[in-house]
Amino acid sequence: MTRIDQTFADLKAQGRKAFVAYVMAGDPDVATSLEVVKGLPGAGVDIIELGLPFTDPMADGPTIQLAGQRALEGGMTVDKTLQMVRDFRSTNDTTPIVLMGYYNPIYSRGVDRFLAEAVEAGIDGLIVVDLPPEEDDELCIPAQKAGLNFIRLATPTTDDKRLPRVLQNTSGFVYYVSITGITGSAEAQASDVGPEVARIKSQTNLPVIVGFGINTPDRAKTIASVSDGAVVGSAIVSQIAAGKPVDDVLDFVKSLADGAHSA
Amino acid sequence: MNDLFNSFMTGPDENGRFGNFGGRFVSETLMPLILELEEQYERAKTDDSFWAEMHDLWTHYVGRPSPLYFAERLTDHLGGAKIYMKRDELNHTGAHKINNVLGQIILARRMGKTRIIAETGAGQHGVATATVCAKFGLKCIVYMGAHDVERQAPNVFRMRLLGAEVIPVTSGRGTLKDAMNDALRDWVTNVRDTFYCIGTVAGPHPYPAMVRDFQSIIGKEAKEQMQAAEGRLPDTIIAAIGGGSNAMGLFYPFLDDTSVNIIGVEAGGKGVNEKMEHCASLTGGRPGVLHGNRTYLLQDEDGQILEGFSISAGLDYPGIGPEHAWLHDIGRAQYVSITDVEALEAFKLCCEQEGIIPALEPSHALAHVMKIAPELPKDHIICMNMCGRGDKDIFTVARALGFDMSGPEGRSVE
Repeated sequence: MTRIDQTFADLKAQGRKAFVAYVMAGDPDVATSLEVVKGLPGAGVDIIELGLPFTDPMADGPTIQLAGQRALEGGMTVDKTLQMVRDFRSTNDTTPIVLMGYYNPIYSRGVDRFLAEAVEAGIDGLIVVDLPPEEDDELCIPAQKAGLNFIRLATPTTDDKRLPRVLQNTSGFVYYVSITGITGSAEAQASDVGPEVARIKSQTNLPVIVGFGINTPDRAKTIASVSDGAVVGSAIVSQIAAGKPVDDVLDFVKSLADGAHSA
Repeated sequence: MNDLFNSFMTGPDENGRFGNFGGRFVSETLMPLILELEEQYERAKTDDSFWAEMHDLWTHYVGRPSPLYFAERLTDHLGGAKIYMKRDELNHTGAHKINNVLGQIILARRMGKTRIIAETGAGQHGVATATVCAKFGLKCIVYMGAHDVERQAPNVFRMRLLGAEVIPVTSGRGTLKDAMNDALRDWVTNVRDTFYCIGTVAGPHPYPAMVRDFQSIIGKEAKEQMQAAEGRLPDTIIAAIGGGSNAMGLFYPFLDDTSVNIIGVEAGGKGVNEKMEHCASLTGGRPGVLHGNRTYLLQDEDGQILEGFSISAGLDYPGIGPEHAWLHDIGRAQYVSITDVEALEAFKLCCEQEGIIPALEPSHALAHVMKIAPELPKDHIICMNMCGRGDKDIFTVARALGFDMSGPEGRSVE
């Protein structure tokens, strides 16, 4: 049982929805970023999604693109991202960390080497945007063998015919992308999301978490009420981009977490 | 050659792979779209009415076949191999790009798509897409790096005249790779009505194969025309490579003619060295995954993509089509690089010797011809792809040569 599985079991026992927060590793610098990440569990975050910066984030809107650029310009690397996770783990051994990014930095490092390092550092799961089920042999299968969850995105374009294939090698949870579009671009609508989540849940026992287009405590609540939890990324990253002090960022995160948890 | 292969023309496999290259590395949102595209393309490919429409437009709208031209003065000047040019710069819109655009737009119409998006570097693919969209009354949006918008102003104006919306892309360094990122972001947002018309033999399967098939008209014609002119195959075929569509179009019909040397010419920029101020993915890069496919990429040791550098906006791309990556690895084609300075020399020579103003892209291919032709025997036949005309580049070339075009007479500032 991974930390992710444990977290969902605990939430289920408590009858609570999950709140997942995304931040970019190394944005705006490693020290600040680590301080934010260390503060997330205390702000009510159940699962941390840590962005692995990439020069060409094709599924991301301007907010997360710029966060990646800031991180890279600040010298962020895969090594330093792994070290951030180790530093976090020295103070927290329960909150799951899902690394989210694109395949090339992982491929470039070598899949086997990367997976060994990720497990050792204390990463629990991976979301790799540009690896659909058609490319499962690349990373998904080896990651599961290494003991990591491989969390797949399901989207509004994933039709019934395709859904079983998307769910087949997914573990941990299913990440439902609430909109067709890039991160931070449009607002998720509960009336659209509810039936889609129900459709996915009819074919899997995994929790279904919804992300993209969730930017306020109210929306986090609304979306969490029709799913197993909500992810917020761009709205948090915007606070960091605006240069807000870490405490203010964490206060904002807490308001979102409270929103999701009140569902 | 490897005995395991009885043909070099069977790729890609059912997973879109050429050897280990290619594939479908896209987000889930796009996956159903590219599967549908593949299905529709497979259907069109075997449909005579599809090809009948293509050939009719190639003939009457594009002006195909393009001539195969014996460059006699250049041959004499270089004093070695016999040099032929495949004149794809004479196509409507001034480059090979329209060969492929017509195919994709006809396919888009069959699929009921009403909104066409494209990325462009030098602007030739954007102009070709805007042109065909105007002809068919389709909405056209072209993503172009802000840096390229600046250095290819004539093509930007042409696209706007043709009714396209040109969106300058400011992310990254504002070149072709960034334009492709934004086109993919548009596609992922507008999945129902939008067709992404990719301009080169890259991207997720089926694009590399589909664009190659549409561009292969170049090589098919060249082969027949060479038969008519010389009664035999050429000894060497040469083309410039950014993403590699004109090259793949020329090369593909010759892949199984193993007597034919195949040479792809990458943009060497300021020189292929550790400073990476070039766009030579094969000679200066290593395999990675970007824009939906695995191929050779310019990247740092951490897998971050590097911005290429070339005087030619059309070659300014950090990747290369996956089939080229495969041909490189198995050794069926040879890939070399040419610097900005060498390309400019070839540009000038072509103007002076042949009365043809070449685009900067084929000037790279011509520069390699200049290197090898003098050493080759007079009965050696080279066929290079003159894939674009240079009208769009005159401002860039003027600047590089220190020529001020602001006055009516023009004057040298040297």
